[in-house]
Amino acid sequence: MKSDKFKETLLGPLNKNNPVVVQVLGICSALAVTVQLKPALVMGLSVTIIVALANVIISLLRNTIPNSVRIIVQLVVVAAVVTVVSEVLKAFAYDVSVQLSVYIGLIITNCILMGRLEAFAMSNKPLDSLLDGLGNGIGYAWILIVVAFFRELLGSGKLLGFQIIPESFYEAGYVDNGLMMMPSMALILVACIIWVHRYINKDLQEK
Amino acid sequence: MKFLKNIVDKLKPTFSEGGKLSMFHSVFDGFETFLFVPNSTSKKIGSQIHDAIDSKRTMIMVVIALIPALLFGMYNIGYQHFLAIGQDAGFWATFFFGFLALLPYILVSYIVGLGIEFTVAQFKGHEIAEGFLVTGLLIPLIVPINTPLWMVAVATAFAVIFAKEVYGGTGYNIFNVALVTRVFLFFAYPTAMSGDKVWVRTEGTWGWSNGQPLVDGFTGATPLGQVGTSTTPAPVFTDILGNPIGFWDGFFGLIPGSVGETCTLAILLGAIILIGTGVSSWKVTLSVFLGGALTALAFNLWGPDTAIANLPWYNHLVLGGFAFGAVFMATDPVTSARTETGKWIYGFLIGVIAILVRVLNPGYAEGMMLAILLMNIFAGLIDYYVVQANIKRRMKRVNAK
Repeated sequence: MKSDKFKETLLGPLNKNNPVVVQVLGICSALAVTVQLKPALVMGLSVTIIVALANVIISLLRNTIPNSVRIIVQLVVVAAVVTVVSEVLKAFAYDVSVQLSVYIGLIITNCILMGRLEAFAMSNKPLDSLLDGLGNGIGYAWILIVVAFFRELLGSGKLLGFQIIPESFYEAGYVDNGLMMMPSMALILVACIIWVHRYINKDLQEK
Repeated sequence: MKFLKNIVDKLKPTFSEGGKLSMFHSVFDGFETFLFVPNSTSKKIGSQIHDAIDSKRTMIMVVIALIPALLFGMYNIGYQHFLAIGQDAGFWATFFFGFLALLPYILVSYIVGLGIEFTVAQFKGHEIAEGFLVTGLLIPLIVPINTPLWMVAVATAFAVIFAKEVYGGTGYNIFNVALVTRVFLFFAYPTAMSGDKVWVRTEGTWGWSNGQPLVDGFTGATPLGQVGTSTTPAPVFTDILGNPIGFWDGFFGLIPGSVGETCTLAILLGAIILIGTGVSSWKVTLSVFLGGALTALAFNLWGPDTAIANLPWYNHLVLGGFAFGAVFMATDPVTSARTETGKWIYGFLIGVIAILVRVLNPGYAEGMMLAILLMNIFAGLIDYYVVQANIKRRMKRVNAK
């Protein structure tokens, strides 16, 4: 019984309760950092760590936070965790952190974070909150990775910076799709994922 | 005709419900109603307004209206090609060259578009809608003749799926499908859609007239492209050999450009057919020209001192895709405004925005495509406010009594 609940908390956000394709949260960063696969991976990882940590901290504090100032407390905690992650990135993965520029800092305003803190961490135990944070972070990350995979492959013919589409294709007249480099195509790709996802999970289809 | 009718009647049971090939009923239905006016009409009970013209006949009128521009476009492809290699091939060879060059584009656009349309209709159990009949012919007419065929195929597939089928198919689309094809090509493959290498077929077609050396001084830029990138304030433009040309060359259309857009005369012939048969609204077409002319005139009088702002207003109307867009694209009954006042506003703003983009954005030589797509978004909003204003006016009259 208990393990079932754990499983649901951890795996639910990967599929039927996905923050991006079902709740449609965190779309802005999904557009901004998915031109290439590498920043998308780092972004997904950062968000996962931040949501999990912030969830645990808020969950530990949940009984001592006065209700009237809870948003401010949540923001302070998130900002602290984000700053730590940002500093770590600057120290150990400088070029990626330059590529991600303001978007790491902007995780503070990512709707998924505040959503999970408000909806879950404020009323659940630390262990559950940790699982929930991990689940939502990974649920966000896999969408980003799928979008970035197609955008980098079709937009510049590369994956993680390695040339995937062979030179002979280009000589035969193949041209990279410039639209993939634009944010509008990220939206269309997210829409395609939602399309496939709703087609598989018929119970999620809106009437 | 009788012979065809016999075949269709004989095949009908096979495709009807319970027949062997009933799974392909929508394909059969599509062909049957394409060949013959359907017998099934609405019930006699109640009062219904009947019209002899169904959407297949409407679409056929648009196709007929496109034929002058299509034929001229073919001739112009050949004309520009033989001009570029400095040969004179005679009228029929010139036309035939263009016909062969354009044919693959028409085939690719129809095969890809209709393929998707048939599949979706079959899958959803709908009847096949005829909207692609026109779109499929528009697509080859609005792309440069050097666009690789696979790009046209990708763009057509994208447009049919994302601009049409996801909205519910023919009649439900927000954006003009042919223009979405073009805008996809324009942003996805900018090198194939702009610049001075793409407008004139310098290579041969089907192995005919391959590898010919170009004449000295060849320049493949369109008149609008030349004026748009000009560094001097004088709005002069030349043909591909460098001879200066003017308004009448733009009007008769022996200039480089997208296939169907160059000849304003052929487009006006199409406009007469469309407006005469009541298929398209003269209000939209006229107001696009009005909006464009007034905006260009304003730039002539008070604009910045650049070549494109100095280009006389009447030249703006005959160069580039302006006339083609005004006659065939803006008037699309699905994506344009539907209220009568709304049509004036909608058309006028298309003209204004097209010229604004041309003059003020050096990155885009042509603004017609973007103007129409932008106004497609606002068509519903314009209609809404026109209707609201009407309600308000009449309410006032009622309350005054």
